[in-house]
Amino acid sequence: MDALMQFIYSGLTVGAVYALVALGFTIIYNASDVVNFAQGEFVMLGGMITVFAFDAGLPLPLAALTAIVATAAIGVALNKFAIEPARGAPVVSLIIITIGASILIRGASQVIFDKQLHRLPAFSGDDPIHLLGATLLPQSLWVICGAFAIFIGLWLFFTRTLLGKAVLATANNRLAAQLVGINTGFVMTLSFALSAAIGALAGVLVTPITLVSYDVGVGLALKGFAAAMLGGMGNPKGALVGGLLLGLFEALTAGYISSQYKEAVAFVVILAVLFVMPQGLFGEKKTERV
Amino acid sequence: MTILEVKGLGISFGGLRAVNDVSFSVKPGEIVSVIGPNGAGKTTLFNMISGVYLPSDGEAKLDGEDVTAQAPHLLAAKGLTRTFQNLQIFQEMTVLENVVAGFHLSERPSIWADLFSLPSARRRSAEVRDKAFAFLEKVRLTNAAEEEAGNLSYGALKRLEIARALAVGPRVLLLDEPAAGCNAVETEEIDDLIATLAQSGIAILLVEHDMKMVMRISNHIVVLDHGEKIAEGTPEAVSKNPDVIAAYLGTEEEEPAHALG
Amino acid sequence: MTGKSKWIQLAVLAIIMLVLPFFFPSGYYYRVGALIFVNALSVVGLVILIGYAGQISLGHAGFAGIGAYSCALAPVHLGLHPALAVLLGAGISGVLALLIGRPILRLKGYYLAVATLGFGILVSMILSNERGLTGGPDGISVPGLGLRPLLRDMGLRLSGGEFWYIVNAVVLLVSIWIALNLYQSATGRAMRALHGSETAAKTVGIDVARFKLQAFVLSAVYASVAGSLLALQNGFITPDVAGFMHSVEMVTMAVLGGVGSVLGATFGAAILTLLPQILTVFADYEQLVLGFVMILVMIFLPLGLLPSIAARVRWRGV
Repeated sequence: MDALMQFIYSGLTVGAVYALVALGFTIIYNASDVVNFAQGEFVMLGGMITVFAFDAGLPLPLAALTAIVATAAIGVALNKFAIEPARGAPVVSLIIITIGASILIRGASQVIFDKQLHRLPAFSGDDPIHLLGATLLPQSLWVICGAFAIFIGLWLFFTRTLLGKAVLATANNRLAAQLVGINTGFVMTLSFALSAAIGALAGVLVTPITLVSYDVGVGLALKGFAAAMLGGMGNPKGALVGGLLLGLFEALTAGYISSQYKEAVAFVVILAVLFVMPQGLFGEKKTERV
Repeated sequence: MTILEVKGLGISFGGLRAVNDVSFSVKPGEIVSVIGPNGAGKTTLFNMISGVYLPSDGEAKLDGEDVTAQAPHLLAAKGLTRTFQNLQIFQEMTVLENVVAGFHLSERPSIWADLFSLPSARRRSAEVRDKAFAFLEKVRLTNAAEEEAGNLSYGALKRLEIARALAVGPRVLLLDEPAAGCNAVETEEIDDLIATLAQSGIAILLVEHDMKMVMRISNHIVVLDHGEKIAEGTPEAVSKNPDVIAAYLGTEEEEPAHALG
Repeated sequence: MTGKSKWIQLAVLAIIMLVLPFFFPSGYYYRVGALIFVNALSVVGLVILIGYAGQISLGHAGFAGIGAYSCALAPVHLGLHPALAVLLGAGISGVLALLIGRPILRLKGYYLAVATLGFGILVSMILSNERGLTGGPDGISVPGLGLRPLLRDMGLRLSGGEFWYIVNAVVLLVSIWIALNLYQSATGRAMRALHGSETAAKTVGIDVARFKLQAFVLSAVYASVAGSLLALQNGFITPDVAGFMHSVEMVTMAVLGGVGSVLGATFGAAILTLLPQILTVFADYEQLVLGFVMILVMIFLPLGLLPSIAARVRWRGV
């Protein structure tokens, strides 16, 4: 029972990160119908820039803020210089563009930073908390609570603010949104900035636990992508549930079956979900019009 | 003598009843038109008959056999095919290839023969090419045969779609607004083409907004409104039917007298 | 495309293959050439899947991995001749593609991408984790084909590079011939038709699921054979051959060259294979440049390099 609790904690921690990556996918996908394979690089950048800013003498909160703002700017640049010029291109081209962007960012980080693993100090120390018969690192609480805070904040943004509603309207019907005077170009920019910032924040939160290096993005992008698919592409609630479920699956598999195959099981689960319900857990069923 | 029989066909999307309890039948060589105001459920009805949508109730019989909700490619093999209101053309293939694709079933492709370009495959390809040219002639597109289909004008594409459907060798042909977006000359051409097809024994089910055309060529008309069949009969009978007139003038059911007055 | 243009394309390629060695500054370039042909082979398979049938896969390296490890394992454990191991790998890949293809190919767009990606990752994970059999992440050695000594006994002395340059060139030409045959055939037409409009393809009686599956199986076999040849010529193989990045490279080569054309795909394979060779001087910048090239080509030459250049030349009336 204690072991199970332990696995659940670690599953929720890593799942919260997947959920944030999946949320980043979702925001961009809703605004532009693009699946951004460079999403994992945002997480990497968040961690990397914080580490280097912190090492350069900036206080941690300021270093984290720098990282988030810089990553958001990179997200905006990605949209401006790679996605917007290719508007209307087939899915395969868009997949290649965003994979290209992810390789580009990774390559640049390798040159600008280095190839080493880096760590950040935990925000509230390393003394484990005893809870329900198992232990939990304070940093895990930061990750889980941070993820929930972001989800709640976004939910408020989308439902309570005019700007948030404009983003939703654009996701729903781009042309109609333009017709009622929404600047959809700005909505795109905002979505990329938001998505990159969320990714960076996830990177800041998780780096004290998992460490960071220039190449952690690919794995995270794949997991986040998988989580988004599991929940149903384009649905923020799906991103949250998909991410947490995926994290739990992984932790339980690692704990009870085989740590080598924990990632394999995640993909097996996703394949199974796609076969049984191709729209994911919360995706809408679409009828093709002819 | 009925080739296509539709009995009590209905479908709901979510809570919305799009088509309800529609029945009619088509004989070989007959032109039956389905008319009704926008949103009456005509295309939905077509989509059910052609296997694109799964009907919630009712059945469709092709030559006595129950074919309800069969996959479109199986229906094609049994002699039922269709065209689309918003063109469905193989844009990146040539005009000729589009029609050749229509011969898919009679060509019976074998993967091994095709991979190694065996003589049997090449012979069949050549035969089909000749036959496809004959159909292109019928719709006067031989000049454009080697052009990429995407470059053709709208009217030409409408005719190309009919030629492709004919290549399937249908016994029942569903035409969804074949003359939409065509000018008067093109409409007349399509008109003549449909009449010729019917004369050759093909049963034609037609959705069309051009009332003059419908009245001229139909043997039988089925009128839909709000997903229900409100009338059917010969063109003359239907055009005098008060319910039909009311539906087209868009009046409330409470005041048909006013509308007729 | 007429029958004549098929032979012209093949002839052009064969002539390039023949002439190129005269410009090689050193024997090393035979190796590079052989590598280009192997990559082109799997890319031609993807042209069938993506270009003809319009389906995406981000997991085809998985099949390359199966082909590669068949050549590493079957001779040792089953006593099979390496040449037969190539066929065994192709067979396994084909059957596997057949089995997973049915459920996977019902998915579309990004969903299909993630499903194939999942498959590829599973294969590479198994190859990395089953150390007892595969040697794990460090890789495993692959027995030689045994053909070169045979040729030497017959009086034909070829370096490893020269030998594989010839073998791969021949295999590539044959597989391009097959892909071009398919393009003009009824089967290829059905694939291209469902690419254009699945809805319309069904109404002319095309069993869409069947032809997607055929394209998937074919491309899997191409990737598998390419993986086998790669393993045989290197004499050594690691699970990276089945990795996600290899799948991405394959798709990028296909799209870079122009996924609609077999020759274009070969061209794309050549460029992306050469790029790292040229960039070895700036090893640190390799990824940076690769990513940059991928984005630029997709934005400015969306049809792929060769077709885009061809279209421009035609447009200028040259």
